[in-house]
Amino acid sequence: MSTLLEVSGVSVTFDGYKAIRNLSFQIGEAEMRAIIGPNGAGKTTFMDIVTGKTKPDEGRVIWGEKSVNLLKMNEAKIAQAGIGRKFQRPTVFEDQSVHDNLLMAVKNPRGSFPCLFYKPSFADRGRVEELASEIGLSDELYRKSGELSHGQKQWLEIGMLLAQEPRLLLVDEPAAGMTLAEREHTTDLLKEAAKTRAVVVVEHDMEFVRRLECKVTVLHEGSVLAEGSLDHVTANQEVIDVYLGR
Amino acid sequence: MSRTFLVRNPSILVFLALLAVFTIAVTLMSEAFGASLISTSFIKTLGKTLCLCLVALAMDLVWGYCGILSLGHFAFFGLGGYMIGMWLMYARTELIVAESMSNAAIPPTDQEVVDAIGTQIFGVVGSSDFPPIWAFAHSLPLQLLMVLLVPGLLALVFGWLAFRSRVTGVYLSILTQAMTLALSLYLFQNESGLRGNNGLSGLQNLPGVTASQAVVSVWFLWASALALAIGYVVCAWVVSGKFGSVVRGIRDDEARVRFLGYSVEGYKLFIFTFTAIIAAIAGALYYPQAGIINPGEIAPIASIYLAVWVAIGGRGRLYGAVIGAALVSLISTWFTGGLVPSLPLGFYTVDWVDWWLVLLGLSFVLVTLFAPKGIGGLVDIVTGRLTPNRHGADYGPDKGSLMEEEGRK
Repeated sequence: MSTLLEVSGVSVTFDGYKAIRNLSFQIGEAEMRAIIGPNGAGKTTFMDIVTGKTKPDEGRVIWGEKSVNLLKMNEAKIAQAGIGRKFQRPTVFEDQSVHDNLLMAVKNPRGSFPCLFYKPSFADRGRVEELASEIGLSDELYRKSGELSHGQKQWLEIGMLLAQEPRLLLVDEPAAGMTLAEREHTTDLLKEAAKTRAVVVVEHDMEFVRRLECKVTVLHEGSVLAEGSLDHVTANQEVIDVYLGR
Repeated sequence: MSRTFLVRNPSILVFLALLAVFTIAVTLMSEAFGASLISTSFIKTLGKTLCLCLVALAMDLVWGYCGILSLGHFAFFGLGGYMIGMWLMYARTELIVAESMSNAAIPPTDQEVVDAIGTQIFGVVGSSDFPPIWAFAHSLPLQLLMVLLVPGLLALVFGWLAFRSRVTGVYLSILTQAMTLALSLYLFQNESGLRGNNGLSGLQNLPGVTASQAVVSVWFLWASALALAIGYVVCAWVVSGKFGSVVRGIRDDEARVRFLGYSVEGYKLFIFTFTAIIAAIAGALYYPQAGIINPGEIAPIASIYLAVWVAIGGRGRLYGAVIGAALVSLISTWFTGGLVPSLPLGFYTVDWVDWWLVLLGLSFVLVTLFAPKGIGGLVDIVTGRLTPNRHGADYGPDKGSLMEEEGRK
C-alpha cells in the first residue's frame, strides 16, 4: 500500500510553547487511523498543519503520488488537492438549507466565475440526494441546517466532506455529544468511507475508537508515543502512565 | 434569467412592478410630461434617491451578503460621478468656446480650441493645461468606459492587497475609511487635476441638448429607475444559486468555506470589485442630477451613512437596502431642508436642521438594538416568516455573520 500523506519531523511553537515536537506520521490509501491522546497532546494542531491553517517551524508534509509539498499551499488549494476536514464543533452553514450545504460541497470547479454561472446538473442533483440518504437527512433536505439536532449537523458535515470526494478525511471528535444510536450510525459512516479513502479520526472516547477497529496512534506532548492496535497501545506502560498517571 | 429564477425570487417581480408604478406616477405628475404636480427640483431629488438606492444595493451585497463592512463605497460612487462629470464639463465648455470663437476672423486651430477649453475649466485653480487624466474627456464612449474602469481598478487593487493579507472585520472597515479619506484629501488639492475643492460643476446641462431642465430631469429619473431595475435583477441573480451560497457562507464562517476548497479571497475580491462598479454607475447617474461634485462628497461620513441606510432597511435582503436608502435619504432631505417645523420646548427650541443627525443616530442605535432585521423585517410579518429561536447564537463564528434575529425561515 503506497503512502498518501507523509508528515516528517514537524515542529510548531506557539509563543514559546512547543505544541508539536518532531512529529512524524504517515497514512496509506484506504486506511482508517485513530489518533488518541490527552488534552494538549497536539491532535488539533496536527490537523491544522495538514490542512494549511498553521504553518510549522520545521519539517515536511508530503502528499500523494507526485509528492507535493503541502506547506507551500493555502487552505483552499489543499482542500482541492483532496484533503477534507471535519471540525470538533459541527460547522455547517446554518443559515442555509441542507441541500445548499451539500451542493456547495459537491466536487465541482471552485473558482468564482464557474460558480457564478453554475447550474446544478442532473448528476449533481442525484449526488446530493444520494448523500442525503446516506447520512439519513433525506427528509430534511430543504430545512435550514441551523434547525437540525446536534447529531444531524455532525452527519451533515460528514456528508459535505464525502461530497468533496477527498482522498484523505480528517475527522475531529465526531462522536462528541452524540447519543448511543447516533454514535453507531457515525461509526458506520466512517467505516464505509475508509473503504475507498484514508480516514484519520481524532477521538477521546476509547469505546468509540474500539468500535472503529483500526490502527491507533497515541500522541503525547506533541509527538508520537505509541502506534499499533488498540489493545497493543493500551498495554503499553508509557501510555498507561500518560492517561492514568496524571 | 430562467423562469425558475423569478419563481424562486418573487420579491423581484414585486419590486419591479412597484418601481414601474412609481416611475410612471412621477412622470404623470411632472411639469414636462404631466399635471405639473411635482416641481422639477423634487423630481431631481427622486431621481437622485433612486441612485442612492442602487448604491445601497451594492452595499447590501458587500456587507449584508458577504459580511465585508466596507466603509468606503462612496469613494467609488464619487469617482463614477467625477468620470462622467469630466466629459460633461469638457463637452459643454467645448460648445461655449466654439460659439465664442465662431465670430473670429480666422478660424481657430484645434489646439487653440483645446487651450481655450482648458482656460475655461481650469481658470479657477490658476491653470490652463489639461492634466493627463483628462486625456479621454473629449470622448463620451471612452469616458463612460472610465466610469467602470477607474473605480473598478481601484477596488481591484485595494481589495487584492487587503484580502490577500486577510484583513477582516473592523480593521478592513478602518482601511476602507482611510481609502475614501485619502482620496477625498487628494482631490481637494488643486494639483489633483480635478479642480480641487471647486469640484466639477454645471453637470446638469447636457451638452447639445436644448430641452429644458424639466424634461431632462425626467429623462434622468427614467435612466436611474432603469439602472436600479437592472441592478436589482443582476444582484438578485448573483446572490441566488451556488455563488450566493458561497458568499453567504463566507459571511457566516469564512474558515469553513476555505476548507471546502473555495478561495475566499477570490470571492471577496469579486464581490468588492463588482459592487464598486455598481456604486460607480450609481454615481455617474447621480451627479448629473445634482449638478455639482466636489471632494466633500466622498468624505468618510458619506460611506458611513450608506451603512446606516442598509442597517435601517435591513441587511441581507435586497429590498431592505432599497427601502432603507429611499426612506432615510428622503426624510433626511425633508429635515435638513428646513421644512420641518421647529419644536419649541420653552427653554430651548429644537431646530431640526441641527438635530436631525442626532435623530438619525438614535434611530440607528434603536434599530440595531431592537429590530436588527430593520424595516425590511416588517415584510416577514406579512409573509409569515418565523424567526428561529437559537438562544442568542449567531449563524457563524465570524464578526460579520448573520445574527440570530436576522435569520428567517
